[in-house]
Amino acid sequence: MLKVTGLQKIYNGGANAVEAVRDLTFELGEGELVCLVGPSGCGKTTLLKCIAGLMPPTSGTVELAGQAVTAPPPDMAVVFQEYGRSLFAWMSVRDNVELPLKEKKVPKGRRAELVAESLEAVGLTRFADSYPWQLSGGMQQRVAIARAVAYEPQVLLMDEPFAAVDAQTRADLEDLIRQLWKRLGVTVLFVTHDIDEAVYLGERVLVLSSSPTVVQDDITVDLPVERDQLTTRRDERFTELRARVYAQIQQAKNGTGAAAPAAAH
Amino acid sequence: MSSQSTTSDAAPGTGADGAPGPQEAQAPAPAPAGRPRRGTASGAVRAGAKLLHVLLLPALLIGVYAYASANSDSYYTPTPDLIAAAFAELWFSERFFADVLPSLARLATGFALAALLGVGLGVLLGLSARVRALAEPVLEFLRAIPPPVLVPLMILLAGVNDSMKVLVIVSGCVWPILLNTVEGVRAVDPVLADTARCYGIHGTTRLRVLVLRLASPQIMAGLRQALALAIILMVISEMFASSSGLGFAIVQFQRTFAIPEMWAGMVLLGLVGFVLSALFELVEGRALGWYRGLRAANRGE
Ligand SMILES: Nc1ncnc2c1ncn2[C@@H]1O[C@H](COP(=O)(O)OP(=O)(O)OP(=O)(O)O)[C@@H](O)[C@H]1O
Ligand SMILES: [Mg+2]
Repeated sequence: MLKVTGLQKIYNGGANAVEAVRDLTFELGEGELVCLVGPSGCGKTTLLKCIAGLMPPTSGTVELAGQAVTAPPPDMAVVFQEYGRSLFAWMSVRDNVELPLKEKKVPKGRRAELVAESLEAVGLTRFADSYPWQLSGGMQQRVAIARAVAYEPQVLLMDEPFAAVDAQTRADLEDLIRQLWKRLGVTVLFVTHDIDEAVYLGERVLVLSSSPTVVQDDITVDLPVERDQLTTRRDERFTELRARVYAQIQQAKNGTGAAAPAAAH
Repeated sequence: MSSQSTTSDAAPGTGADGAPGPQEAQAPAPAPAGRPRRGTASGAVRAGAKLLHVLLLPALLIGVYAYASANSDSYYTPTPDLIAAAFAELWFSERFFADVLPSLARLATGFALAALLGVGLGVLLGLSARVRALAEPVLEFLRAIPPPVLVPLMILLAGVNDSMKVLVIVSGCVWPILLNTVEGVRAVDPVLADTARCYGIHGTTRLRVLVLRLASPQIMAGLRQALALAIILMVISEMFASSSGLGFAIVQFQRTFAIPEMWAGMVLLGLVGFVLSALFELVEGRALGWYRGLRAANRGE
């Protein structure tokens, strides 16, 4: 479904070139839910933007359903890390969620339904008529999620979408994403810093190394499809997987992290 | 007659009884202090307080002027009651149709054309770096020409008629609108632009729901500057070569030593400017309500 081959991205904007991503190759099957973890600054956002067709890679290719991605493909929704800046400040929460549906030519009645459902799902029904700047950071993030959810995409890219919400809301939103994934068969690539979240949510976890960035590990999460915040997280297998991801991330960080202190002493 | 007596009574009243004036103004001052009780304070009281607030300084200034002009023998500074009488006589007559309306029509036409041209070109320049690079030096040069010097040229090009005056207004007003629009359009947030691209918002929809809205605070700032300029240019263009309009009337009064009438013309111009600016504020409040809210939210109000 989604195939990334030999992806490299070098930013040439500043005084000196920054190699954000060295060489990434991986594949997502149709309807797969994959979590992406990696140290801060390792190029997760860069990767997502290349996949979304928002920016051309320096070398390598991104293919979606056999087609090379050169511009944002239709039926792909993205939740940006800078969620606050991705909302239209002059539109109410409802209009923000509805706008992409209008562009998609969804009939009016269905639009209203989708907007109401998605706002209900993220718990913002009461705030449909508020403006984004009247909401807290976590609420704004949920508006961005509701907008992506209402869009009913085939591919959903999310860049740390739960970073600003409290633990309880976070758990609810995790379950929402899994529900949605099961119901619509959407292919999801989910970036997170939270190891537990990656294992709880994903069918697979991709671990990126620190810069120069490559895929450090690709872990299949063999937990049952039906997951539950309490029982799944207590599952022995969950703990094992969690430990493995943790170890990989430690290793990813130490890839350069170990060398630097050694040189300093 | 009646309007003359009320004005002449009112103006010295506030001037002579200087003390009660400010005290009256301070009476509503506790209203802001009691702001948390906003729900209980009646709207009428607040509106009254605001009106008083607005009228206090003008009343005071008129009072000071009335006092100064009454104690001066100068023929050129008539007392407020003379000016008011001239005002009523002049502008509540057919001169309103002969001078005021044509002026306002030129102003409106010029301003509207400048707005269309400025926003249209501004969007074009703002969106395309290549067009901008091409046009920028020329624009900087044209902008540097003080608009009034265009009047002689416009007379040659368009003749002594309405189109000349409208052209002068447009050629002066278009710059602040154009440059502000370019700035506003260029400053589109990259995250928002990416969001729009992902959700398939492009073409005219993108222009309508994203670019113009995001640039609207800047565009409004440009329009506000242009409005002030438009009034100035309207008057100037009418002073040069004209047979009607406010600028023409004022120069004519001055030449015929109709001094109170000349003053009445100035007062009317001031009022026109004031009313237009208030109207503008109203429109701006509608269009930029979100922006004010956003700013206030960012400041933590
Ligand atoms: N526009 C840019 N120009 C130059 N360098 C950039 C740009 N965007 C990102 N980078 C660099 O690329 C690297 C990867 O950035 P990226 O935002 O993809 O990291 P990330 O994995 O998403 O980090 P985080 O987890 O903190 O969000 C960083 O070193 C960053 O400095
Ligand atoms: Mg990032």
